[in-house]
Amino acid sequence: MLENIDFTLIDWSRAQFALTAMFHWVFVPLTLGLGFMNAFTETVYYKTGNPEWKKLTKFWMKLFGINFACGVATGLILEFEFGTNWAAYSWFVGDIFGAPLAIEGIFAFFMESTFVAVMFFGWDKVSKKFHLASTWLTAIGANISALWILVANGWMQNPVGTAFNPDTARNEMTNFWDVLLSGTAVNKFIHSTTFGFVLAAVVVIGVSSWYLLKKRELLFAKRSIVVAAVFGLISSIALIVTGDTSAKNVVKTQPMKLAAMEALYDGSENAPLVAFGILGGSETHKNINANSRENFVFKIEMPGMLSFLAHGDFKTFVAGIKDLVLGNESQGIMSYSEKIRRGHIAAQTLVAYKDAKLNNPDGEEFRMLKAKFEDETFMNDYFAYFGYAPYYDENPDVLQQNAFKLVPPISLTFYSFHLMVILGFYFILFFVVVLVLIFKNKYHNKCWLLWVSLISIPLVYIGGQAGWIVAEVGRQPWAIQDLLPVVTAVSKIDASSVMITFTLFAVVFIALFIAEIMILLKQIKTGPKIEEETSNV
Amino acid sequence: MFETLSHLALQQYWWVLISLLGAILVFLMFVQGGQTLIYTLGKTETERTMLINVLGRKWGFTFTTLVTFGGAFFASFPLFYSTSFGGAYWVWMVILLAFVLQAFGYEFRNKANNLFGTRTYEIFLFINGLIGTVFIGTAVATFFTGSPFSVNTMNLSQWETPWHGLELALNAHNLSLGVTVFFLTRTLALLFFLSSVNDEVIEHRVRKQLWYNAVPFVVFFLTFVVWLMLRDGFAVNPDTTEVFMQPFKYFNNLIEMPLALIIFLTGVLLVLCGIIITLFKISFKKLWLISSIIIILVHVLLILVSKYDTKLFLGTLLVYMGLQFGVKPATKGIWFAGSGTILTVFALLLIAGFNNTSYYPSYCDLQSSLTIQNSSSSYFTLTAMSYVSLFIPFVLAYIWYAWRALTRKKIDRAEVETDENDAELY
Repeated sequence: MLENIDFTLIDWSRAQFALTAMFHWVFVPLTLGLGFMNAFTETVYYKTGNPEWKKLTKFWMKLFGINFACGVATGLILEFEFGTNWAAYSWFVGDIFGAPLAIEGIFAFFMESTFVAVMFFGWDKVSKKFHLASTWLTAIGANISALWILVANGWMQNPVGTAFNPDTARNEMTNFWDVLLSGTAVNKFIHSTTFGFVLAAVVVIGVSSWYLLKKRELLFAKRSIVVAAVFGLISSIALIVTGDTSAKNVVKTQPMKLAAMEALYDGSENAPLVAFGILGGSETHKNINANSRENFVFKIEMPGMLSFLAHGDFKTFVAGIKDLVLGNESQGIMSYSEKIRRGHIAAQTLVAYKDAKLNNPDGEEFRMLKAKFEDETFMNDYFAYFGYAPYYDENPDVLQQNAFKLVPPISLTFYSFHLMVILGFYFILFFVVVLVLIFKNKYHNKCWLLWVSLISIPLVYIGGQAGWIVAEVGRQPWAIQDLLPVVTAVSKIDASSVMITFTLFAVVFIALFIAEIMILLKQIKTGPKIEEETSNV
Repeated sequence: MFETLSHLALQQYWWVLISLLGAILVFLMFVQGGQTLIYTLGKTETERTMLINVLGRKWGFTFTTLVTFGGAFFASFPLFYSTSFGGAYWVWMVILLAFVLQAFGYEFRNKANNLFGTRTYEIFLFINGLIGTVFIGTAVATFFTGSPFSVNTMNLSQWETPWHGLELALNAHNLSLGVTVFFLTRTLALLFFLSSVNDEVIEHRVRKQLWYNAVPFVVFFLTFVVWLMLRDGFAVNPDTTEVFMQPFKYFNNLIEMPLALIIFLTGVLLVLCGIIITLFKISFKKLWLISSIIIILVHVLLILVSKYDTKLFLGTLLVYMGLQFGVKPATKGIWFAGSGTILTVFALLLIAGFNNTSYYPSYCDLQSSLTIQNSSSSYFTLTAMSYVSLFIPFVLAYIWYAWRALTRKKIDRAEVETDENDAELY
């Protein structure tokens, strides 16, 4: 089956989606965090009536606004790209995925975009109270918008609360709350939004530090830093905690992703965690086979930590890539070849079901097949591997080779994961240092630290992108874990069409991204404006 | 409460919601229409800034409605989403690109140091206005004219031409709707400018332009509608679910669904009213008299054409009279034309999906045509989403409140020229 697949099309479709998603994630996290910081500082202004706080709020709001529009634009493309580039996927998941998306549109997104207008244009047009409420609602709306799309993503990583319907050939929702409150979804939401908070805090501290370096806007900058550092420290702790829970979830639902994150070829008890490492021989990680061995040029290990991280116990077994592909009887791990065989049987059963329904819907055969799809044993033992079916081949050697194609790109996942974790811990340290020094009133004198703050801005963006690479590249080739691989999910169009649209989007995004950076830099250079207090309605 | 409904009732409920969202979207696309007029109406930078800012304070609504329309369609009729978006790839890609340009156009146009200069971003807005209206209109027309696709037993769809949607733009009937939407949104934009820009020079140009846009709009609209009424439609046999071609299908749908007919005629009348009162500066009294006569005539006609019952007659008559008393004097043509647009498009989408009609037909393989029954989400999902839809009135209420709060005063030169804080201007 695999030989009939146009992998160029799949690669370009993935590239286009990744491009849009990554640009989206450049703009969105800042709005998630900055929204709440604006709401907080405006509340201080509302309570004290001190125009300095209004000035502060308005300045950061301006940066918020520029990002907001870009986030909205890239978000629209993402939403439609599910349909344009992943048509089969859209049908297969529409029944689950569609609902959160519709809620997002109807409820959260309208809230966000309605009140964002009041926030920008309403300063002298609506009462102070209504304006403050709008600022809060914009922040809340932005974060709830993020909730729904992350619920959808969580479901793709860990499909729960649904059942397969052979008549429509798709998964259908059976329990809305299971989908919404699944551990993966909740964790993903908190992890992503708190990252947004951390990012906004780092940006605010970085920009303010630039003012301190230039010896401008001293009071404004210090105030902004205090608010941001407190907000950032609390958020970064939540970020690390949810990161840890996230890893524990991955062990259960996506063991292959965990193995790739650690480049762990052979599983073991008391498995060590690679704190830092450089992989050797780039080719060996691409064409994996039964003889592949782990290959590090250099690594620092923490013995037993991976077992502890995964299961909360140093002694437990953590599965490696080869255990998962080849199976490991002593640990009760089924091989990928077996899963592919079972998936193939499930797919054949579905085809037979469709034929029987068409030819003789009253016959005994149809009734038997229908019963299979209602039989829990069949669904759990065979249908659970439905997505493996396209990798089936009659020749066992080819099948074995195909099984290794289910391994995600290792070096990209490995490096992204380690970069993300290192940066995560760095930011906690960063916020602590900034907070201590700012309270001792020494921060503005430490020139080196001001520079470090400034350099931290690109670092935090890199950290966020790395996180999504772990989540999305690490689960390849699955669009939906175990149920739908990307080879089936993709829209059947010519690869050249996707290449053209990819190029168009890339050119437009990059050009406008540069424009955005220039506008932001100009705004920052101009700085906050002191305005005469106008009497409000 | 929604659990007691049948799957079919839920599918119909969601088709009504989708139709309503689509209708509101077409009305809100006056923003796009306005974007194609900035150079025609605005001869100086200040004038253009005024025009772009009255539109700019509304662009988010159009954009959000588009997002919601997409999301709601995905959620309620996912097979449409996968078939149309994955199939008519190029149509949707072009529309998407146009909308990206819009967002950046507004946000960056007036910002210092924006790399490409103000004019580039204004051209972005123009492109969005042109492509957005023509392509969306053309795409919507395929609900009546069909597309080349097939759907297999696994519900996987396949587009049958290598042009991936571009071939749809070669169909004259599709294009007639595309051009209609283009001129309609321009007409709406002109009426909107009259109600929200306080400037004599611009007002003079708007009134002149109204002739150049309203007349072509009416011509193209009539072309599309007459053609639609005369053409064969994609009918579904309710017993066998077999799809077949039926002469005068959409005309019959209107006649067989008197409510849709009333909504349609009311909408058309309101749009025409909005245009006429603005063009001829008709006073409120005269308008009242003329429209009363028209309404009574239409009703008499309706009684003659169909078995029209008297209760419905009196009911709708009362609604009309209520509407006439409810609206403010005739300076605000946009309210007539805007609400009329919503009603007309709503009725058109109703006759596309109801009364045993395929709303997304395939002319390559009739039996692959999508109906609201064979393309929808499951009973459980539609029920869950229907609860969410109860929030829609609240959403509309806060949108209305926020909209009013921001547009109590018309924009004028003074507001644009004295603004010292460029964050508050597009």
